[in-house]
Amino acid sequence: MAKLTIISAVNDAIRTAMKHDPRVVVFGEDVGKKGGVFGATDKIQQEFGEARCFDTPLTEDGIVGAAIGMALNVLRPIAEIQFQDFIYPAFDQIVSELSKFRYRSGGQYTCPVVVRTPYGGGIRGGLYHSQSGEAFFCHIPGLQVVIPSTPYDTKGLLLSAVRGADPVIFMEPKRIYRDPSLAEEVPEEWYEVPIGKARIAREGSTISVICYGAMVPVCLQAAIEAEKRGISLEIVDLRTLLPLDEDAVLASARKTGRVIVVHEAPKYCGLGAEISALIAEEAVDSLEGPILRVAGFDTPFPNALENYYMPDARRVTDAVDRMMAF
Amino acid sequence: MTTNPIDYKRVLDADGAPVAGETVPAIGRDLSLRMYRGMCETRMLDGKMLILQRQGRIGFVGTAIGLEAATIGSGAAFDAKDWIFPALREGGVAVYRGMPLLEYVGQMFLNIYDTSKGRQMNNHFQHAASNFVSWSSCIGTQLPHAVGAAHAARIKNENTVMCAYLGDGATSSPEFHSAMTMAAVWKAPVVFVCIDNGWAISVPSSRQSAAPSYGSKAEAYGMPGVDVDGNDILAVYRETLNMIRRARAGEGPGLVALKSYRMLGHSSSDDPTKYRDAQEVEMWRRRDPIERYRKYLLSLGWLDKISDEKIQKELESEIDAAVEANANAPRLALRALVEDVYSSVTPHLRAQHDELIRVLEQFGDPAAIEGRFPL
Repeated sequence: MAKLTIISAVNDAIRTAMKHDPRVVVFGEDVGKKGGVFGATDKIQQEFGEARCFDTPLTEDGIVGAAIGMALNVLRPIAEIQFQDFIYPAFDQIVSELSKFRYRSGGQYTCPVVVRTPYGGGIRGGLYHSQSGEAFFCHIPGLQVVIPSTPYDTKGLLLSAVRGADPVIFMEPKRIYRDPSLAEEVPEEWYEVPIGKARIAREGSTISVICYGAMVPVCLQAAIEAEKRGISLEIVDLRTLLPLDEDAVLASARKTGRVIVVHEAPKYCGLGAEISALIAEEAVDSLEGPILRVAGFDTPFPNALENYYMPDARRVTDAVDRMMAF
Repeated sequence: MTTNPIDYKRVLDADGAPVAGETVPAIGRDLSLRMYRGMCETRMLDGKMLILQRQGRIGFVGTAIGLEAATIGSGAAFDAKDWIFPALREGGVAVYRGMPLLEYVGQMFLNIYDTSKGRQMNNHFQHAASNFVSWSSCIGTQLPHAVGAAHAARIKNENTVMCAYLGDGATSSPEFHSAMTMAAVWKAPVVFVCIDNGWAISVPSSRQSAAPSYGSKAEAYGMPGVDVDGNDILAVYRETLNMIRRARAGEGPGLVALKSYRMLGHSSSDDPTKYRDAQEVEMWRRRDPIERYRKYLLSLGWLDKISDEKIQKELESEIDAAVEANANAPRLALRALVEDVYSSVTPHLRAQHDELIRVLEQFGDPAAIEGRFPL
């Protein structure tokens, strides 16, 4: 087994998928010779040829639209949208077509497409290379929205997505793409991490911290701080935002009775709102205090001040303190 | 569109006589009559559906009246193995390719014979067995699907050609640009068939594009385009087939622009007298595509009064039988609310379904019982 970072796990997953399934094709802007702007498809074209890994014209709606057509014609497309910020021209294809083909055709036509896209801040990308738009996609029945936070999960979830029967928006936390501290052993062979199942990233008993993607390492850091003060955080890494692992969220909420939701996206109408409502509806009698949210600001994404926009361990720790003071 | 005269390809003149110097496609009697039957069936279905709509038995009809040469002529040029990505008014092509009338009418009644399980608005036909793909109501979104499916066919070494139907309005959509660009760059075997019916609801073609013609739009993308008299079924067939042959031979995509006219409103909900001139409608009425083709077939002796009446009677009894069968069809089960969102019903959706059943059982609704999931 090799020690891989998240980005190399993406590359490894794509290579594994293409080796195992001749129907898998990979395309997008600059994914061919260049191997993608982040290197996710590095050397894939070289290894599998231009028929299976190819560049597209600069058209996001075209990329997702063509992916749908390829899936209808029984290929297994993995389409890359270079930055999640650029996915909006394809929003119509995702919302009106990709998510609804199965439903509107009564199951006669399906499009198991994987749309991979790097999301989130932390690379000094400013407004248009930093956004976290997961909530948009979570509002669309028919989609699956997946965000890994570890190299192992990245490969396993991506392979699940490729093999699955339904479309997946696969959002990759680019801030921690190359984080060496997260590098871990990843099996070379095909394995799957199931979509729709959360993971307990750290067991705890005092407060449940529900998070995903690039916020998972932030929350794990906060857990170390909290431990020093005798507070035990349980870190729930959602991994799949849609369909949400309601059982895992509710089990942790019932166990600790205290819940903090952390995400990088704006607070208003973010995933934190949905998770809070779920817990309020289903587990209110277990709660010892208010459900708190630590999130990005309700502003566009900044550049120079991005480290103040994104939640960090201090802001999570502050929420822990407020919770314990309740 | 500019007012410059456009060189519309024609085979038949206004009276159904072959235009001197034009090649009449050598399609023979059987196919010629099959296409005629397809045109008549399309028109009769529209007429019958409009009656049902006015009777309040179905909700919405978007007809192809006046467009039968454009739809059937182009649709008939594709092979059975080819795929059709339709727009709103190509239901006649689905029937021509083999969609059972029971399903066609079922789609209008939104009952169990509707293969889309009553989810789509009316006039959104699909027939997977003849590769007639499900359409959304969103304009132009189907175009890159056809390109992707065509590119997939090439990757798989199949010589299938994809047909991408669109209307004049769709040429202004972002996906038209994306699809034309990608298809040409990839040399994808797709034929774009643009049926310019003169009106995008109330916006005339002259306010839709300032290009010299819709066919001329192809040039900038690097593919051939042709403007055709869309009320001349033989010209439509011939020019579409030319593009299909090129595409099948690996020479890339093409655009066939068919100039025609939507004789009725955008739909049964639209009153076209608010925005267009009665004289214009009358002018196009005299160019009726079915009349023109009928004259041609009569002149060849392939059709006569008796055989024509026989066709009409057969069609009428077939359509009436389909309506009759649909009139008493069972309604859809409530579980169709949550099925087919994903490959299997998620626990979350099942819970939402069960909650509705509980409410209906408490407050009363006979459909609740039949809507239950089997175990």
